[in-house]
Amino acid sequence: MLTEKIIDALTSIRLTVICLALAMVLVFLGTLAQVDKGIFIVQKEFFQSLIVFSDIRILNHKIPIIFPGGYLIGLVLLVNLIASHFKRFGLLPQKIGLLLTHFGLLVLLVGQLMIDQLHIESNMRLVEGESKNYSESYSRCELAFVKVSDPDSDTVVSIPESQLYKGNVIRHPALPFEVKINEYYENSRLENLPNPSSEKGAATLGIGRTVRVNPQPLVTTSDQRNAPSAIIELLGNNAPQGSWLVSFFIDDAQTFAAGNEQWQMFLRPERYYKPYFITLLDFTHEKYPGTDIPKNFSSRVKLTNPHTKEEREVLIYMNNPLRYGGETYYQGSFDPNDDRVSILQVVKNPAWTTPYIACALAGLGMVMHFILNLGTFVREQKQK
Amino acid sequence: MKKFLPYLIVAALGLWVLSGLRPPPARNGFDYAGFGKLPALMNGRIQPLDSVGRNCLLQIRSKTNVRLKNGETLSPSEWLAEVIFNPSKADDREIFIIDHPELLGLLKLGEGKQLLSFNQLRPHFAELEKQAQRAQRVEPARRTTFEKQVVKLYTGLVIFQRLKNSLYPEEYGGLHIAIGDLKTNLAPGIAAFRAREENKQFNQDDLNRLVQALQKWEAASQMAYPRLIPLPELQKGNGQWMSPSEVVTHLIHDQSANLPKAVDAYSQMNIAFLNNDPATFNKTVADYSQWLTTAFPKEFSKSSRESFFNNFAPFAKAREIYLLAFLLACVSLFNITDWLRKSSFNLLALAFLLHTFGIIYRMTLEGRPPVTNLYSSAVFVGWTVVLAGLIVERAYPYGIAVLVAAAGGFATQIVAHYLSLTGDTMEVLRAVLDTNFWLATHVVTIALGYGAVYVAGLFAILYIVLGVFTKRLTKDLAQFLSRTVYGIMCFAIMFSFLGTVLGGIWADQSWGRFWGWDPKENGALIIVLWTAIYLHARWGKLVSERGLMNMAVFGNIATSWSWFGVNMLGVGLHSYGFMDTAAFWLIVFITSQLAIIAIGSLPLKHWRSYSNIEPIDEPKPLLAKPQQTI
Repeated sequence: MLTEKIIDALTSIRLTVICLALAMVLVFLGTLAQVDKGIFIVQKEFFQSLIVFSDIRILNHKIPIIFPGGYLIGLVLLVNLIASHFKRFGLLPQKIGLLLTHFGLLVLLVGQLMIDQLHIESNMRLVEGESKNYSESYSRCELAFVKVSDPDSDTVVSIPESQLYKGNVIRHPALPFEVKINEYYENSRLENLPNPSSEKGAATLGIGRTVRVNPQPLVTTSDQRNAPSAIIELLGNNAPQGSWLVSFFIDDAQTFAAGNEQWQMFLRPERYYKPYFITLLDFTHEKYPGTDIPKNFSSRVKLTNPHTKEEREVLIYMNNPLRYGGETYYQGSFDPNDDRVSILQVVKNPAWTTPYIACALAGLGMVMHFILNLGTFVREQKQK
Repeated sequence: MKKFLPYLIVAALGLWVLSGLRPPPARNGFDYAGFGKLPALMNGRIQPLDSVGRNCLLQIRSKTNVRLKNGETLSPSEWLAEVIFNPSKADDREIFIIDHPELLGLLKLGEGKQLLSFNQLRPHFAELEKQAQRAQRVEPARRTTFEKQVVKLYTGLVIFQRLKNSLYPEEYGGLHIAIGDLKTNLAPGIAAFRAREENKQFNQDDLNRLVQALQKWEAASQMAYPRLIPLPELQKGNGQWMSPSEVVTHLIHDQSANLPKAVDAYSQMNIAFLNNDPATFNKTVADYSQWLTTAFPKEFSKSSRESFFNNFAPFAKAREIYLLAFLLACVSLFNITDWLRKSSFNLLALAFLLHTFGIIYRMTLEGRPPVTNLYSSAVFVGWTVVLAGLIVERAYPYGIAVLVAAAGGFATQIVAHYLSLTGDTMEVLRAVLDTNFWLATHVVTIALGYGAVYVAGLFAILYIVLGVFTKRLTKDLAQFLSRTVYGIMCFAIMFSFLGTVLGGIWADQSWGRFWGWDPKENGALIIVLWTAIYLHARWGKLVSERGLMNMAVFGNIATSWSWFGVNMLGVGLHSYGFMDTAAFWLIVFITSQLAIIAIGSLPLKHWRSYSNIEPIDEPKPLLAKPQQTI
């Protein structure tokens, strides 16, 4: 009896309407919240969550919001959709349009969930003539140690940002020393100390001796990024004793010796290495004559893959990306200060085809269903 | 007689439309229409001088013409001719409109709307510049009305100043005088310069005169706004458009060089204009046009066609006819004779022809799909509304759909008209938008979706108005309206859904993100969700016929929010920035729709149509047990 009631509720069209209505309100609230919070945070709080605990500022009043989140509504809709089809629709020929449409929606919703979980965005910044076999994360950083004393190759050990927290001690078989994190600032600015200064630097070795770290609040919008800094110590194997400052803002290598090996360290955007190289041959930035309005950006790149012996030129431009090796390269942006620099957006998204399939299925389904219905409607009206 | 009236009315208006094909009469004998066709490069595209004038006037005063104190009106071409040929006279034209109280206060100008000339504003330049520079540092979306007004006035002054220097440095009072001055001083000046380089004796005055002349030209070439001179190398594809100042200063490298034909032509026009000699002016314009047809056929053809379009103004004419058709359709609802309905239908068809002609003409002119910006989306949404209305009326000639179509056509043309006042409606498209494929698929489908929701909403409004205030809503008519709204909603969800997904696919193609929860995407999603709610509520019989009508009216609110509302938030990739007065009208519109929903929610006993017949369909609460599903 109870199970029947539950099944009734789960398959009811009322539940569909209620979920759709909740989704609509959620989308509306999520749009309003962006004015204050930016797209980045709103996505996390409103759409990629089970329950929304947030607030919206309207005319300088903070209004608390507690509401079912995007994942919850989406999940209930999915269950409702699948259950109703089993219970009520069956495989009637006149319902084939609806079935296709709903199946398309299913693909779309599941695909979006997969994309949320699986897709990785990074960028590749190239000066004309430069080659790279890695792209860099937009938001995450890594602490990288590079052994430069081997004549043939460099060894890179990178520690992900999740391991960088105060008090953590990191050991790695390839590292002849331990790394102790004394301080970690998720977002920071560096400031040079005046010379001479009574204040001590942030660290006792390297650049950190003459620099102060100012912690910053975390960024809120997707077009900014956090710039972390850390104070670390290297322990064991004759590594220099004292503390080092590593920071997003320090581009130059800080070099030290451990045992009889030479090492460098960087705190830099997390790198995603690829088994192939991209070389920027030519970057063009076209403007409409007599204005600063961009007309087109395009990057001519050379793709070199030593494993497959591929070597070919590709033109990447607006709305025309390069899809290769499970990743897609888009003409992302440019450097306003250097017209030889192209920034490619690199997206790894195994579910990228789902919207295309969903669109085709649902579009076809709707056309079939409504054309059939329209035919009936017109015939009935004609008979009157 | 009544049999012929529907045709006579259309014939009369058709003649009125055709009369727009005649070129406007020449004022004081000057062929400003011919002058307005000449091509120039401005804001990245070739446009006729007529459009140059219009687009500058729009930025200066949000109008496309200049009404003088004596009641006369200057056309954009006529005004532009005066500005570039005789700037000192243009300085006294009262073209700047100031009506913001705080701005009036800042400039100590008393109360009420004021029309001021460049010269009258001259004493306030320092203060205006100070205020504008401060305001420009504020993000556009966060500027106060005062700051926006300051920036607008300041921008207008800058554009006016640039226009005045587009032909020659304004101090000279004529292109021929300016060139003459340079030519006179060129040889002695260069001789003096060479002598100085060789440490020989030289005439300092000769050198100074040349330097001063060059400085004036240099300043003018920095300021020039439209580039008036096509260079002959353009034909081979490697030249460009220049301002006369850039061309003339080349003389310093080659004194004997011939100036391009266009410089001569403008110089002669300038002399004739200053001498008030229309015959020579017109002949020069005609000769130059003749030369352009062979030297720059593509550019001249485009600029003439655009100028024709500006003056024929098919959308403005369609707007008037829609209004007339709407009024006739209103009367025809209460008048049983059919000739009013037929007249209304015929007028609607005429206006629709004009509307279609205008859209196709713009498409061929720009080489673009019909929708490229907010303005063209309003024109296109209106077109779909009228098309839908015409189809329904043709199938079911109740005089209902014609009313809906006329109202929709008129309203969207009004919206389009006000949107056109924000700037060039044929502006060039930024890099990501520069793709005819996605504009033709995503943008057009979305616009079709908007149109469909509005048509459904308009039918629903008619249902409510006829039902509550008249006895015309019979059982049959109610059923017809209900099914029509349903049918159109089916189209609405199809177009909105496809349009939204196509938008996502475009985003995936351009930067690898199918969905980013950007406000415009969210707006589109809200329309899809709302139409889905409507359809499921109807299929599940969760809501009465009346409730469904109210829901369809709410569709108007959801669509307007998505179309315009989200643009006003000032966030995201699609934000088009400022829309102050638009925000006000959006709120008015939403309030009106809520009022209609409130009226539609009145208990049935207050419906005049229902008081006579038994209630057809009692409303059921949303959470009642559903009967059966379709």
